[in-house]
Amino acid sequence: MSAAVSSLGRRSVGQRVQDEPPAARAALIAVALAFLGLFLVLPLALVFVSAFSEGVGAFVSAITHPDTLSAIRLTLLTAAIAVPLNVVFGIAAAWLISKYEFAGKSVLLSLIDLPFSVSPVISGLLFVLLFGAQSPLAPLLALADVRVIFAVPGIVLATTFVTFPLVAREVLAVMQAEGSQEEEAALTMGATGLQILWHVTLPKVRWGVLYGVILCNARAMGEFGAVSVVSGHIRGETNTLPLHVEILYNEYVFAGAFAVASLLASLALVTLVAKEVVQWRARRGRTPLRPAPEVGA
Amino acid sequence: MTPEAPPLTARRRATCRGVLPGFGLSLGYTLTYLGVLVLLPLGALVLRASSLGPAGILRAATEERALAAYGLSFGAALVAALVNALFGTLVAWVLIRYPFPGRKLVDAIVDLPFALPTAVAGIALTAVYAPTGWLGAPLAGLGIEVAFTRVGVVFALVFVGLPFVVRTVQPVLEALDPHVEEASAVLGATRLQTFRAVIFPELWPAMLTGFALAFARGVGEYGSVVFISGNMPHRTEIAPLLIVTKLEQYDYDGATAIATVMLGVSFLALLGINAAQRLARRART
Amino acid sequence: MSVEGIALVKHFGGEGEVAAVRGVSFQAPAGRITSLLGPSGSGKSTLLRMVAGLEKPDAGTVHIDGRDVTRIPVREREVGFVFQSYALFRHMTVADNVAFGLRIRKRPKDAIAKKVSALLDLVQLGEYGHRLPDELSGGQRQRIALARALATEPRVLLLDEPFGALDTKVRVELREWLLRLHEELPVTTLLVTHDQEEAFELSEHVVLLDAGTVAQAGSPTEIYERPANPFVAAFVGGANKLAGDRDAFVRPQDVGVRKAHGEDGDHVAIVERLVRIGGYVKLSVAMKDGHTITVQMPKHEFDERGIERGDRVLVDLRDVKTFPRGDYAI
Repeated sequence: MSAAVSSLGRRSVGQRVQDEPPAARAALIAVALAFLGLFLVLPLALVFVSAFSEGVGAFVSAITHPDTLSAIRLTLLTAAIAVPLNVVFGIAAAWLISKYEFAGKSVLLSLIDLPFSVSPVISGLLFVLLFGAQSPLAPLLALADVRVIFAVPGIVLATTFVTFPLVAREVLAVMQAEGSQEEEAALTMGATGLQILWHVTLPKVRWGVLYGVILCNARAMGEFGAVSVVSGHIRGETNTLPLHVEILYNEYVFAGAFAVASLLASLALVTLVAKEVVQWRARRGRTPLRPAPEVGA
Repeated sequence: MTPEAPPLTARRRATCRGVLPGFGLSLGYTLTYLGVLVLLPLGALVLRASSLGPAGILRAATEERALAAYGLSFGAALVAALVNALFGTLVAWVLIRYPFPGRKLVDAIVDLPFALPTAVAGIALTAVYAPTGWLGAPLAGLGIEVAFTRVGVVFALVFVGLPFVVRTVQPVLEALDPHVEEASAVLGATRLQTFRAVIFPELWPAMLTGFALAFARGVGEYGSVVFISGNMPHRTEIAPLLIVTKLEQYDYDGATAIATVMLGVSFLALLGINAAQRLARRART
Repeated sequence: MSVEGIALVKHFGGEGEVAAVRGVSFQAPAGRITSLLGPSGSGKSTLLRMVAGLEKPDAGTVHIDGRDVTRIPVREREVGFVFQSYALFRHMTVADNVAFGLRIRKRPKDAIAKKVSALLDLVQLGEYGHRLPDELSGGQRQRIALARALATEPRVLLLDEPFGALDTKVRVELREWLLRLHEELPVTTLLVTHDQEEAFELSEHVVLLDAGTVAQAGSPTEIYERPANPFVAAFVGGANKLAGDRDAFVRPQDVGVRKAHGEDGDHVAIVERLVRIGGYVKLSVAMKDGHTITVQMPKHEFDERGIERGDRVLVDLRDVKTFPRGDYAI
């Protein structure tokens, strides 16, 4: 650990006269790394190790099992619907909140933050109560022969609900930080609202949008609590990847569960890398991103 | 106009108060979307809850099993948030202040709990800390049980809440003016005195915010907890799991009652977070 | 193409940096540069934004070339606006920035290209079309912002503290350049500035604002020679306020001092401080009545008189502007 201390990073904070003695630094770094190792790295490593604990063959057969493939399809479908919906909403809401003053703005912001502060299980419950068998809407839905709960629409709705603040918050933060002067300049040059949005605002906030999309997508594919409540766990039909992991695990098919989990863990790693890349690009373009997805409710 | 004219009032220029086109469109779209996605489902809950009546909610929400579940959810979230406030701040400190090889990688890893699906985190933590697991076995040798106990619940919530503290404290640490610490040192303060008198007062509002966020997340957390907790009613059953159990038994009223109580507490927590952030802003200006 | 504002009023709730306007009427003659001059908080930028249509007035009207444009939206007002921060589109090249207004208007491609290159030549940045704004210096960005504003051939050019973000040397150079440009292209121009030297050098007509009202409007000479009220007298030329029962002001360069030789009276003062600033010398002298006034004199004149710190001097107030007390209302 002492070797780690003596090497200087490229960041502005180098070794200063007023820093802690090297031994104290080494100790603090060691504690921090041990903490992160025990709580973050070890479980992550275990996922991949366990996925192959019964050999590559078992891994492949778990991944290519029809139920797994159907879960992958449903997860992709859900994200493919929820993410674009939330992107359009996020841009509209961010435009509204950052460009105008109006009464009730803080109420609107609280509504947008709501899914952050609600247990995912309760999020799912909301949709069960709205569309479930005991809902006032139930006769209507039966008449139209539409199933929402224990069916794909419910999964998509619950996922969209849980993930919509991620894009909106991210885009809003960037739009607010960038200000409106360039939009005003475009306006004085005769641009219409759509032209301003397309030529000026979207290019300005594109890293914010992309960042939001990455976070939203990760959550949409990984959501468990809300989806678990509305899905009904019908294999091959309403099972997403995280739900499939749960089923396999509860049936003591551990290697299979971890094999499927390793897919999701890989998605998480891809997400982390993509986040870093976007952050790096945004810094280069001097776009200020929010430090973390859900911080700053 | 006399010199006694009232003082000038003004407003931020960043917003442009309706000159830019698109107000009606964006307002209509936003409200429709939120109406369908948020207000309608929320209305369904309110409707259900009001049909129960306050007495009904209270009765369903205060049965012994539910009280035990709240106790565990809030208690474990509190302990986990405290652990995170301490260790999260330490991690942020190390990442900002001490250059070491691989620091960027470690910094990226901090966001893992945001990116990793909770179910995956849940089974992984369970496997690590189960009595036969990588860490569970040596801990069992010491007589410490983690998985399938309340300690396991706390462990899962520490995992989930860590980035909230690190990511709120980091920017504040980064923005600290190094000259202030140097001034303190020049005036004769020891490093510890400087930390107590100069750094900590700048840091605590962010720590508090991170704590509150981690706590709020922990109270509602489901996926990462249900595997490691063991789910023994009255002992290791968290409130969100109780809602799921009630739903599986088609006890919609019971689920609604517990959800209403949890929403109320979450709302209070949110107020607390906002207050903490206002405090933080005031402390920083 | 003149610009006229009649009884313009704008109030803001909340707090921030935008000042209120409390009933301002002004005129900007066609083809000339008119300055809106005033200290910060005087409402000059708000006034300019109302002319552009970026703020809606609470009361009053804006006329461009005799036509009431108060209800006309920004995009149809045909104004060019240069922001203090330039507000260049950072993701577009310099040429795309200049071309923006023309592309919006769907002008033919080759016409746009021709116009853009002519404008870039006009602002002496012909070689910089492919650069991004972040790769330019402050003065270059300023000129691009001007070229962009001129591209759509606006009827009125509005400049909001256009040199505010630049260092002194570049500012002085750009001022001269702007004057020459305006001779070539005499667009009616409104210029917001807090710098009186800038206003006097660039414009033939100056509207001096104070706390959201017009303190005085007129030519630079009029404002300098015949200040209409104590605010103008004090603001222009850094005047000294004199003691007495009337508001009286005198500018540092309108005060003469010479060594006292035993004389006594109200006009005898002590030199407290003297500073040499290039070609002139600045003195602080303490008057008998306790006031300190600033005196500015050319270096050669000062050197002839052999004055030193602590000397007793005779003070000669040459051009005192006086106003009856209580006549503060404008």
